[in-house]
Amino acid sequence: MINIKFNGAEYAAEPGMTILEAARANNVDIPTLCWLKHINEIGACRICVVELAGPGSLIASCVYKLTKFDEGKNFLTHSPLVLDSRKKTLQLLLSEHNRKCLSCVRSNNCELQTLCKELGVDDETLYKGSNGLGVDIDDSALHMYRDNSKCINCRRCVAACDKQAVGVIGANYRGIKTDINCAFDMDLSSTACVSCGQCINVCPTGALSEKDNTDAVWAALADDDKVVVVQTAPAVRASLGEAFGYAMGTPVEGKMASALRALGFNYVFDTNFGADLTIMEESNELIERVTNNGVLPMITSCSPGWIRYCEAYHPDMLPNLSSCKSPQQMQGAMIKTYWAEKMNIDPKKIVSVSVMPCTAKKFELSRENQSGQGTEQDIDISITTRELSRMIEKAGILFNKLPDGDFDSPLGAGTGAAVIFGATGGVMEAALRTAVWKLTGEDVNSPVEFKEVRGVEGVKTATYKAGDLEVNVAVASGLSNAKELLEKVKSGEMNLHFIEIMACPGGCVNGGGQIIVPSKIRNFTDIRAERAKALYSLDVSRGSLRKSHESPDIKKAYSEYLEKPGSHKAHKILHTKYSATNLSK
Amino acid sequence: MSCIQTKSLRNTVFYKKQERVALRNCGYIDPEKIEQYIGVDGYQALGMVLTDGSFTPEKVIEIVKASGLRGRGGGGFSTGMKWHLARTIIPDADQKYVCCNADEGDPGAFMDRSVLEGDPHALIEAMTIAGYAIGANQGYIYLRAEYPLAVKRLEIAIGQAKEYGLLGKNIFESGFDFDLEIRLGAGAFVCGEETALMVSIEGNRGEPNPRPPFPAEKGLFGKPTILNNVETYANIPRIILKGSDWFTTMGTEKSKGTKVFALGGKINNTGLVEIPMGMTLREVVYDVGGGIPNGKKFKAAQTGGPSGGCISDKNIDIEIDYDNLISIGSMMGSGGLIVMDEDNCMVDMAKFFLEFTVEESCGKCTPCRIGTKRLFEMLEKITSGKGEMEDLDEIEQLCRYIKKNSLCGLGQTAPNPVLSMMSNFREEWVSHIKDKKCAAKVCVDLLEYKILADKCVGCSLCKKACPVDAISGEIKQKHVIDQSKCIKCGVCVNTCKKFGAIIKE
Amino acid sequence: MKNLADLQAIKEKSQNEMKAHSTRVLVGMATCGIAAGAKPIIEALEEGVKMNNLADVEVSRVGCIGLCQYEPLVEVVKEGEDPVTYVNMDVDKVNKVIEKHLKGGEIVEEYTVSGTALT
Repeated sequence: MINIKFNGAEYAAEPGMTILEAARANNVDIPTLCWLKHINEIGACRICVVELAGPGSLIASCVYKLTKFDEGKNFLTHSPLVLDSRKKTLQLLLSEHNRKCLSCVRSNNCELQTLCKELGVDDETLYKGSNGLGVDIDDSALHMYRDNSKCINCRRCVAACDKQAVGVIGANYRGIKTDINCAFDMDLSSTACVSCGQCINVCPTGALSEKDNTDAVWAALADDDKVVVVQTAPAVRASLGEAFGYAMGTPVEGKMASALRALGFNYVFDTNFGADLTIMEESNELIERVTNNGVLPMITSCSPGWIRYCEAYHPDMLPNLSSCKSPQQMQGAMIKTYWAEKMNIDPKKIVSVSVMPCTAKKFELSRENQSGQGTEQDIDISITTRELSRMIEKAGILFNKLPDGDFDSPLGAGTGAAVIFGATGGVMEAALRTAVWKLTGEDVNSPVEFKEVRGVEGVKTATYKAGDLEVNVAVASGLSNAKELLEKVKSGEMNLHFIEIMACPGGCVNGGGQIIVPSKIRNFTDIRAERAKALYSLDVSRGSLRKSHESPDIKKAYSEYLEKPGSHKAHKILHTKYSATNLSK
Repeated sequence: MSCIQTKSLRNTVFYKKQERVALRNCGYIDPEKIEQYIGVDGYQALGMVLTDGSFTPEKVIEIVKASGLRGRGGGGFSTGMKWHLARTIIPDADQKYVCCNADEGDPGAFMDRSVLEGDPHALIEAMTIAGYAIGANQGYIYLRAEYPLAVKRLEIAIGQAKEYGLLGKNIFESGFDFDLEIRLGAGAFVCGEETALMVSIEGNRGEPNPRPPFPAEKGLFGKPTILNNVETYANIPRIILKGSDWFTTMGTEKSKGTKVFALGGKINNTGLVEIPMGMTLREVVYDVGGGIPNGKKFKAAQTGGPSGGCISDKNIDIEIDYDNLISIGSMMGSGGLIVMDEDNCMVDMAKFFLEFTVEESCGKCTPCRIGTKRLFEMLEKITSGKGEMEDLDEIEQLCRYIKKNSLCGLGQTAPNPVLSMMSNFREEWVSHIKDKKCAAKVCVDLLEYKILADKCVGCSLCKKACPVDAISGEIKQKHVIDQSKCIKCGVCVNTCKKFGAIIKE
Repeated sequence: MKNLADLQAIKEKSQNEMKAHSTRVLVGMATCGIAAGAKPIIEALEEGVKMNNLADVEVSRVGCIGLCQYEPLVEVVKEGEDPVTYVNMDVDKVNKVIEKHLKGGEIVEEYTVSGTALT
């Protein structure tokens, strides 16, 4: 133990702790801006400086690891020098910052704004600079825009993209001309960005944001000629409540459905139905490949960020991808075929909206081979959890006071297997619930829970006995973990049958479209685990309906329409194709 | 000054006052012939260290420590101590590295260039000795690409050393292997900073990292590494051969040995000199440097380039060594010594150095990326005649903020020229603000070009030459310059050399 | 290179080679010298020595001796004597030095440092 002091109060720190961690253990919260635990630890912004009593020098507390040579030192966390320095740092940032907070999507939710308030910045024009004038916005990508007039050069986005093993953004030029962008100033859409949106999740200001497609939704809702249909992904209900003051991990499924109805959607469906469908098709596909020497390991295909990554960086693994569409797309396809026919609605009149925790879904809906109906896109508009929360606010709906509502039939009921899709390992567990049942001769007592594939570790592996088969499975979330896993598969080190890959670390609950969590919380709470709890609790609350094949609505869909999993019709509507891309990496 | 006729440089005051240790072979041997280097005792030190059993790595480190050699790149850290730390902090490291900082980015500095072009083998020999001392068998020389001749000579030298078995496996049959690679810089001053240099060698964007951890513990590729300047290394073979005691006979108590200075600016003997520590600035400027040209008056000397401070006339008798220079607000730096005279404006000079650091800032940390730019704009305000007295306090406050908050040495020292020139020449700065006058007649916006009525003959040559038609007057009548149109290009002065009727004030 | 004895042998050989010529002519060929025009000068010297069959003279390139203000520099070194330092040289002056000094043994004093403010 190293004996140091914080503002004169003694504290015994463990060797290797940073000053920041030691202070926190001492109930002192040193403010930070660029520090993102395990992702971006570079000591660049200088907000976290503390004063070493005596010499009066300033140290960046987020990166300074305590050693025995620090014995006896007294660190001042809010001395006049420290407070003045932090204030000046903010004021310098403001001199280069586009200060139009009133119209910024991150107003009230911006880490720069919050720090200015907390650290008492009472003069935002002390230093006169460019204020971001003349900076172009890159809105070339389908899913997001980059506005560097609001960028504070914290490098969190760069670190997050590097952590995703994609790394298409970085610092160009130097000094005050430093510009965080793609290599050679290319548009984002020209690069092999996978649209995972992790960069948006970690951006402290409004420099990065998802493309807001709510205008199209409002227009559709106001158009009496259209039948506006909405579906919601499992992970949305695990995060939406945070925008309305609910504790992280509170499931708000019922209120979410009510809010959508209140907004004016004609029909409120649940993507969970699509998820159950996916399981039916995918487990069928897996068993076929296993028994007929098909390409193995088979890899899930519901994460469009992962699909983009595969097409750009590992095109040799394309044959391994399941040909199943994602739940969003399957649901969308069924809406414009099965449901439209049932209701006798012209598919052209349907505006199909999805609410997703995901930014890559905005790109997915425009992919080729995503029209089950034939001419109409499966999904017309995809909005994120964040956009939905803004719509609810704008409409003045008092979310917290809403009663719990229901989804509409026949595409509104999802099993417990479906709802856990949003957590890493959820798709795998859902698939196992059906595949194992099938392989053990459709035994009604087949296992429900497969706990080995749950949890936030990057790569999880397990082996399960299913009938005569020993099924080797692996689950990876976060693309650097996916890369690691794929390399082991390619080298032959791992011999697997089935792999679940999610682009976002922790799965969809930590998707690029989820409610923003400031670094203050993100650094000290495992949001992946907290939000996943909501989904696993919903799973349990489904009672006896926890396996996809048990869903009465699913059974009906097959008996009335699709015939059986893997049928010709199912293939036409619910399956898709992939191709390698040649974008700049 | 000696008036005796002499035909040899060796007998001039310029030469005799020097003590050439690092530069001992420069100008004497052919740098592209290893045999000539060997002919002047080259590689003897290495041979001794590797074949004489009493020269353990610890002993070598002791000798360097005892010599008192301090980093010649400007930091002044004890070289022996640095080697000792690299050897001992992680004693069982599977890999260690020896690096040489040959980036030499200070404007006006060319000490390292001359060693590399004139005596490259000294560096090779020293780095190999260093490798032996700390337990490393791989070295990197980070050399700025703007020195193509140095690159060529060093490549030739490394090739020759390898041919002779002085680099590579089993040198002198001692069982010690050492290999050396050149890595070229790409035009960034910041890559002369220790951690940024290593990041650059690793193939990444050259941005510094916070210290601790220090390179002796975790440096290049995460391994224990020493990084020393070219001139520091150039001293090593001599110290090993002649002993640490010999080295301590030169210099002051805390700064032993010699220092190479690149004399530039307003000085007669522009060039490279090596003087014992402790020589006064007066001797360097007037004896070795030959004084100020054109009979002008000495005003200040800048050491440490854009990271250093100026030494004004009141301190001209300072004994040059690391600590003395720091005590008056300057620093040794790598050796660039720029002399200024009465025609230099001390606000403009501060702006000049700051402009350099603004351009070279890597952009990683807020104080340096944005702070230096804001500071520069404040200086521009003063030199353009818009300064206010409050600006001086603001400048000082911002300077102190940048010094204390910056992540690396570039930012931490960027305000030094400003602080130093402001404190040593405060009246000049005040005069720019209160009187809107630049006494040295440098700051263009504070100048007026005037035609002296009693000297003007009305030839109209100036009127014809003026690019913006700012001069009016009829032939044989007195001419006048319209200040509102004048762009202060100075062309008119040149046309009136005969009559000298146009002055700048 | 196996041991110190090998090194010593090379050292002696090199020193003997240096002494083999009674006169060495050193031309400053660092960046300062080359920028000031040392390349044509060294070529003129090599040419001149060859043309005049001055077998005793060796022309050698060297690094920067530090007097950059006065480059191009040419030093004429005879064993046991102070080198004669010619400053601000050009090809014409060099040809004169070859004639008068290298061939005729007469130092061209006005071209040396004695003609400057250094002395």
